[in-house]
Amino acid sequence: MDTMPKWVDALLVPFISVLIAFLISGVVIVAIGEDPIEAVKLMVTGALGSTYGWGFTLYYATNFIFTGLAVAIAFHARLFNIGGEGQATLGGLGVALACLFIPWPHWTLALIGAMLAGALFGAAWAAIPAYLQAKRGSHIVITTIMFNFIGAAVLNYVLVNQLRPAGSMDPASARFPEATNLPTLHELLAPIGIEFSKAAPANVSLLIALLSCFLLWLLVWRTRLGYEIRAFGHSETAAVYAGISPVRITMIAMLISGALAGMMAINNVMGEAERLVLNSVEGAGFIGIAVALMGRSHPVGVLLAAILFGFLYQGGAELALWTDIPRELIIVIQALVILFTGALDNMVRSPIEKIFLARRRARQAAQAVEPAE
Amino acid sequence: MSMMKHLAGAVAAVALSAGAALAEPALIFDLGGKFDKSFNEAAFMGAERWAQETGGKYLEIELSSEAQREQALRRFAERGANPIVTTGFAMADPVSQVAPDYPDIKFVNIDGFFPNLDELPNVLAISFAEHEGSYLVGMLAAKKSESGTIGFVGGMDVPLIRHFACGYAQGAKAVNPDITIIPNMTGTTPAAWNDPVKGGELAKAQVGQGADVIYAAAGGTGVGVLQAAADEGILSIGVDSNQNHLHPGSVLTSMLKRVDVAVYNALTAGENLETGQLSLSLADDGVGYAVDENNEALLTEDMISAVEEAKAGIIAGDIEVTSYYANDSCPVLTF
Repeated sequence: MDTMPKWVDALLVPFISVLIAFLISGVVIVAIGEDPIEAVKLMVTGALGSTYGWGFTLYYATNFIFTGLAVAIAFHARLFNIGGEGQATLGGLGVALACLFIPWPHWTLALIGAMLAGALFGAAWAAIPAYLQAKRGSHIVITTIMFNFIGAAVLNYVLVNQLRPAGSMDPASARFPEATNLPTLHELLAPIGIEFSKAAPANVSLLIALLSCFLLWLLVWRTRLGYEIRAFGHSETAAVYAGISPVRITMIAMLISGALAGMMAINNVMGEAERLVLNSVEGAGFIGIAVALMGRSHPVGVLLAAILFGFLYQGGAELALWTDIPRELIIVIQALVILFTGALDNMVRSPIEKIFLARRRARQAAQAVEPAE
Repeated sequence: MSMMKHLAGAVAAVALSAGAALAEPALIFDLGGKFDKSFNEAAFMGAERWAQETGGKYLEIELSSEAQREQALRRFAERGANPIVTTGFAMADPVSQVAPDYPDIKFVNIDGFFPNLDELPNVLAISFAEHEGSYLVGMLAAKKSESGTIGFVGGMDVPLIRHFACGYAQGAKAVNPDITIIPNMTGTTPAAWNDPVKGGELAKAQVGQGADVIYAAAGGTGVGVLQAAADEGILSIGVDSNQNHLHPGSVLTSMLKRVDVAVYNALTAGENLETGQLSLSLADDGVGYAVDENNEALLTEDMISAVEEAKAGIIAGDIEVTSYYANDSCPVLTF
């Protein structure tokens, strides 16, 4: 079973995958006549070289932590939730309604209220595909992806016809009231003497995301429910034999998943935009799938993968700002990382496994020979 | 930590020295992309013309995410770019957030709506009377149509695009009160600005319903509409840029929205740009219809004279084209 030490499985394999993706990206950058070394330098200094860069990297990472955890918890029950996009969209609607129509006295209360609203809306959006899967056997991949489109249409309707301020062309809600504006890392870190960039959008939601990572770990590996979810994921028949209800677990796993995706909205809608725009999620739901795959559905892995993708997003933005590398190519780089870490994982994994197997056999053989001497 | 401070300092120093050295203008393209053959490309053409004539250089970025809107504005502003020209209504809100922080830099937005423009002394908001230009091409479509059915393919279903469709329908009804207008929108997400395949399918569906002239107001999606119209042997109408050349003999005309002129003028004025609200209508040649060697043969004397008459009427105020914005609905078209 355990052919490789844990650190190889969790760190070395993804690292080599990312390295290969970057090498191929480098080749592509050379092919269009740009300097790959310069591009990497620009990405690294732009994303990690200043608190400004970190602020953006962590902002994106916060989004990806939420959606990555959402996909991960569903993975544990062997449910492939592709609907993070739609659930986060609806979560945004929930957060916006909570911020716009409830007169919050302070941001702390507003944050709790918005979190509940976002989680509720996201979970509700996941509940229908979950029910269809559990009771009717409609495949969750198909239904959740369809619900992404329905979610986009619902949001479009609500923004264009209900929430759009009179006279405005932009299908976006009004700005949220002052009291709901979340403190950014600049405001959080200033009292303890750390000077953090004012312009960066990373905010208190990052802490909520980190807390969610911990709670998810607690849930999956330290509670009875988590055990049931994992057992169901490994073998449905065995789970049924042990008295675990497939309907119950499917519903619960998907509701948690949807709630996590919906909670992403406290970062992008409440924390950054401070109003609801049409494509506020912009693919974070799908990036979450890559993040969960790369992080092997473990909260720590999800956290690290989310930061990597945050780096790619912010580094990509810097490339777009200061070089002639077209934005399509930046998407190519991101796609290569997803391809190698997600889809082609085994390409790197199996050779490394073989190396470790061979080494172990050699060691065992050596041990077997020694006592005879 | 000290390493980080060091790096941050170095980055800041580079940014500062760069800012002092150049006051280049900057241009921010919206999510549709620079080469959409339409709205953003018109802005690009205007900037290129300025660059060629003056030998100047400008900074540019094609946005790829919502969070980048404010980010790009701030980064360019910190680098001292002036003026910073932005395209698309979605940039209006970020501009109104960022502009007060950089009072010495002029910001320009095309298509945006600023409810509090009075409080933004360094912002120029440029809008176009798209309904007037669309009215004229609607007349041309109705005059050219033999089947009595014409089509409209919009990009994303937002008020701006309904504004186009409404002017088009009014123009068509002015020529032929019994004409049937089929309005379709490509989608409800920003992807609808750049989905030529779906645009082509919608156009073919409209042909199936009898449409023989189709007006595309859909950014990059329109390329597919024009292609499908050429394939099906019917006529199409382009938008924003002059798209007559894309399929000579098949594109009846293009509704011109002179984004290129607006961008060119903004860059030429440079730091001395006059701010406030600038509305470009038929009277200013801000909108219009395109006639060139590619579509001359399609337009008859009678068509041209009727449209020119209407144009004079609109400028003089004799013909009133109702704006969709007036009460968020269109008198002659339901969506």
